[in-house]
Amino acid sequence: MKYVDEYRDGEVAQGLAQAIAAEVRTDRRYNFMEFCGGHTHAISRYGVPDLLPPNVRMIHGPGCPVCVLPIGRIDLAIQLALERGVIVCTYADTVRVPASGGLSLMKAKARGGDIRMVYAVTDALMIARDNPDKEVVFFAIGFETTTPPTAVAIQQARAEGLKNFSVLCCHVLTPSAIMNILESPEVRELGTVPLDGFIGPAHVSTVIGSRPYAYFAEEYRKPVVIAGFEPLDVMQAILMLVRQVNEGRAEVENEFTRAVTPEGNEKAQRLVSDVFELRRSFEWRGLGEVPYSALRIRDTYADFDAERRYGLEYWPVRDNKACECGAILRGVKQPTDCKIFGTVCTPETPMGSCMVSSEGACAAHYTYGRYKDYEASAT
Amino acid sequence: MTNHVKKGYARPLDITHGRVDMSHGGGGRAMVQLITDLFARHLSNEYLAQGNDGTCLPLGKGRLVLSTDSHVVSPLFFPGGDIGGLSVHGTVNDVAVMGATPLYLTAGFILEEGFPLADLARIVESMAKAANDAGVKLVAGDTKVVEQGKGDGVFITTTGVGFLPDGVHLSGDLARPGDLLLVSGSVGDHGVAIMSKRENLSFDAPILSDTAALHGLTAAMMASGATIKVMRDPTRGGLAATLNEIAHQSGVGIHLEEAAIPVKPEVEAACELLGLDPLNIANEGKLIAVCAAEDADRLLAVMRAHPLGRDAAVIGRVLEDANAFVQMKTRFGGRRMVDWLSGEQLPRIC
Repeated sequence: MKYVDEYRDGEVAQGLAQAIAAEVRTDRRYNFMEFCGGHTHAISRYGVPDLLPPNVRMIHGPGCPVCVLPIGRIDLAIQLALERGVIVCTYADTVRVPASGGLSLMKAKARGGDIRMVYAVTDALMIARDNPDKEVVFFAIGFETTTPPTAVAIQQARAEGLKNFSVLCCHVLTPSAIMNILESPEVRELGTVPLDGFIGPAHVSTVIGSRPYAYFAEEYRKPVVIAGFEPLDVMQAILMLVRQVNEGRAEVENEFTRAVTPEGNEKAQRLVSDVFELRRSFEWRGLGEVPYSALRIRDTYADFDAERRYGLEYWPVRDNKACECGAILRGVKQPTDCKIFGTVCTPETPMGSCMVSSEGACAAHYTYGRYKDYEASAT
Repeated sequence: MTNHVKKGYARPLDITHGRVDMSHGGGGRAMVQLITDLFARHLSNEYLAQGNDGTCLPLGKGRLVLSTDSHVVSPLFFPGGDIGGLSVHGTVNDVAVMGATPLYLTAGFILEEGFPLADLARIVESMAKAANDAGVKLVAGDTKVVEQGKGDGVFITTTGVGFLPDGVHLSGDLARPGDLLLVSGSVGDHGVAIMSKRENLSFDAPILSDTAALHGLTAAMMASGATIKVMRDPTRGGLAATLNEIAHQSGVGIHLEEAAIPVKPEVEAACELLGLDPLNIANEGKLIAVCAAEDADRLLAVMRAHPLGRDAAVIGRVLEDANAFVQMKTRFGGRRMVDWLSGEQLPRIC
C-alpha cells in the first residue's frame, strides 16, 4: 500500500537495526519510554524488540487515553446512561473499561443503557440531531489529538442551537503526564525506573508542536525524540535517542519532520483554548492526581458541559488491589510482574485498564508477546 | 354466462408494496400464501414439494455430514452479496470443507413485522440462485414473524447436509509438525465490505464481499490426490481464530509469514483507517488447508487453477509447540503472536 509500506519495509528496518547495534555501547543499558499507546501497539505488532540489541529496552508509558481513565470517570458516564436516561456516545474501547460494581459501559448497555460507539464526535452530533427528544452526552476522552474535534463539535452545537448535546470532558495533556513521571519518586530517587529518554507522539505534536517538550528535556536532562507511528519511525527514533545518550545530549529532536513543527497547529490551539481551560487537577489511573493535566469546558460554554448540566460529582474509586496498572503505567513494573496478568486479568476479563485497550501495555504483551514468556522460562 | 368462480379465492400477495405482518407467521391462510407465493415459488423442488412435516430423502453414499449456521448480518444487502446468498454459502462451505459434497439445505426464517416483501423476495431469489449454483436443494423450511423492534428485518438459519465418501477424514486435530498451510485467496474482504457500507467509507475500487460457495474448489482439491489433513473456512474471527482453533485441536504451533498472506490493497487501506487487523476479519468465500509438505505444490497448483483459488498461497507451516501458539514473522522482520480476537471487532457480520 502506497505511503504505508515504505514505512514498514523490512530491508530498511534491517539497515536501521544494524545501525543501532553498531552505535550502542556494550557497557551500558538504554531504557527508553515510548509515552504513547500507539507506539506501544506498533512496537508489539511489528515485533520491533526483535530488531533491537538486548541492552536496549522499551518501557511502555501511560499514553493510552483509555488506560489512564480512572474508574470514577467511567462511573459518571454509566450514571448518566442508567440513571438519567441519556444517550452516551464514546470512542471504541472505552466501553470495555471496568468500572465500579462489576460494570462497564458495555455491561451498562446490556442493562438497558443507551450507549453508542462512535468513530467521530460528529457522529454524536448527528445522534443528537436525530433524537431531539433525548439528551445526548459525548464522553470525550483522549490526548491533544482528539481535543480540537471536541472543541469544534461544541462550537457547532452552539451555532446550531443544539440543546440536547453536551460533553463529559476527560481530555488529558501529554507534557504534564511526562513531567509527572519524571517527578515521581521512582524516577527521581535512586532511579528505580531508569529512564534514558522518551519517544514522543507525533500526532500530539502536530497539534502542540515540539516546543512543549523543550523544558523537561533541558530541566531533567532527558532526550526526547518526536516520532511517527510506523515501525520505521520508531526504529529511527530509537537510533536518534541512542546517539543523544552516547553524545551526552538531552534535546528535543523531531523524527517526524513530515508533519511536526516547533509551533504546532496554532489554529487548533486557539480553537482548544476558546472552548477549554486547564483543570486544577485530574485523576489519572496509575498516576493519581496530576495537577494541571487535563481540560475542562470554559464557563462560556457551560451549557455544553455535562458535569455542570447534570450536577455530576466526581468520586475517586480505588483500583482493584491486586492490579498493577498504576506501576505499569509509570514504567515501574512490567505486565508479567503483575500477579493477576493472564490469570484473572485477560483481554476477555480485564481487571485493569492496561488490559482493556489494544494500546495498553498488558493487552499488547498478552496479544502479541506472551509466547516470549514461555520461551524465556524454557531457557 | 359470467364466471363467478374466483381463481383461488385469494388476493395475490403484493410483493411490490406489501410488508410482513404478524399474520404471516400466524399459521393461517396468510402464512400459507407467503410460503407458496414467495418461498416455494423460488426454492421449490421435488423434496420441498412433498409438503409434509418432514422431508424424506434418499441416502447418499458414505457418511452423513451436517452443519448449521444462523445469519444475522447487518446490513442485509451489502457490496457483493446479501443475507440470502450468504446463508446458503455459509452452510454449504461448512459442509464442503469437511471434504463432503453438499446436497441439501434447510432454512429457518425469522422475519420482523413491517419488513418489505420486495426485499424478502430479493433475498429469497438470491438464496435460490446460490443454492442452484452450489448444486444443493432446499428441502425443508420454517417461517416465524416477530413484532416490530424484536428482530432486525430477517434472520436466517440454514442447516446443510452432505455426504462424505468412506476413507476421507479431514479434521482440525490432524495437523502435524512439518505440514504446510495454504489459503485460497485474499483475506478480510467480507468483513471490510460490510464495515465500509456501515461506515459509508468509499474507495476508488469498491470492496466487495467474497461470499461464494466453495464446493467446487474443495471438490477439485479432494480430487488432487494431495494428503489434505484439515480444511476450514475462516469466517468470524478471521484467519487468526481459525488457525488458533487448529493449533489447539492438533496441539501444535503454527508459524505464518506475513509477507505471504494475500490481502487486497483496498482492504489493507480500510483496515488502516479503521484500526483493524485483516487477520481478524471474516471471510465468506475463502478456505485454509493444512497438507503434507510434499503435496503442497500440487495442491497449490490445483487451487490456483480454480477461479475461487486464483490467489492461493502457502502462508505458513506447522511445528511443534506444546503451547499451541500461532506466531508470525512480520514483514518488518520481527515476530509476534497472532492471537484470538478479544471481544468483537465488527458486530453482526454474517
